Amino acid sequence: MNRLKKIAYNCKKATFLIEKKQIGTITLREKIELKIHLSGCVICRIFQQQSILINRTVKNLFQLPQYKTMKLEDDFKKELQQRIDKEIKKTL
Amino acid sequence: MQVNNDIKTVNNLLEPQQWVNKYADYLYAYAFSRTNDEEQSRDLVQETFLAALQGISKFEGRSSESTWLTAILKNKIIDVYRKKSSGLNKRKEVEDAEFEQHDFFDQEDGHWNVAYRPKSFGIEHEDPILNKEFIRFLQMCMQKLPTLWLSVFTMKHMDDESTKTICDELNVTPANFWVIIHRTKVNLRACLQKNWK
Repeated sequence: MNRLKKIAYNCKKATFLIEKKQIGTITLREKIELKIHLSGCVICRIFQQQSILINRTVKNLFQLPQYKTMKLEDDFKKELQQRIDKEIKKTL
Repeated sequence: MQVNNDIKTVNNLLEPQQWVNKYADYLYAYAFSRTNDEEQSRDLVQETFLAALQGISKFEGRSSESTWLTAILKNKIIDVYRKKSSGLNKRKEVEDAEFEQHDFFDQEDGHWNVAYRPKSFGIEHEDPILNKEFIRFLQMCMQKLPTLWLSVFTMKHMDDESTKTICDELNVTPANFWVIIHRTKVNLRACLQKNWK
């Protein structure tokens, strides 16, 4: 089997290239190989869509309200403040 | 004279007395979003402030106070990643996850094995951040990843760190980095599919 044919049928390699392409660079040859694979493989096309979806979600995860509203306990903050005040006095 | 000047400059730019009030909640949430561990996150906030106090003379005012504190916290989080993923557990964890990996693709020809073929979630074109259920499953599935994989994944996708930085900090080769990135995504996606009904 020649190299082009091999990638055309190899989903493991194709999904590897999908990942690499999103956050790094792949060679022109790899781009063509991937394009050929995706044109014939609906399963890897779904994988690609979902991979992009996951990356986009993770990138924005910290913007979620669940993090924006997180608070430390008051007691912990009080102790921390005392500790910092003490340290400041030491250095002055 | 020099010492007085230094203190004066620093006092103008940094207000350590205000740190807890202004930044503690933010830094806590930041740490928790990356470690998923409340106790660890509390420790990290405390360590960050104490390290910042010790390094106060190194602050040059090139960034804002909050950016500077966040950078210190980021380094502390990387220390945690490194410690967690270099222990005895590391090999076992990765081995288990890699064993599972064999099932995703046919070993001979690299085809998807039938049971693991990606199927549509039906939300590929929505804004995923609005889908609470999807977020919940994603966070749950991330916590199931081996520590080293989660560290690489988080540093890359949440913090947008360079590949070189990640490889250097976590002591992985570039080739291994790409293998981890690929395997993590295949695992994560499969976990989502298993839970997404």
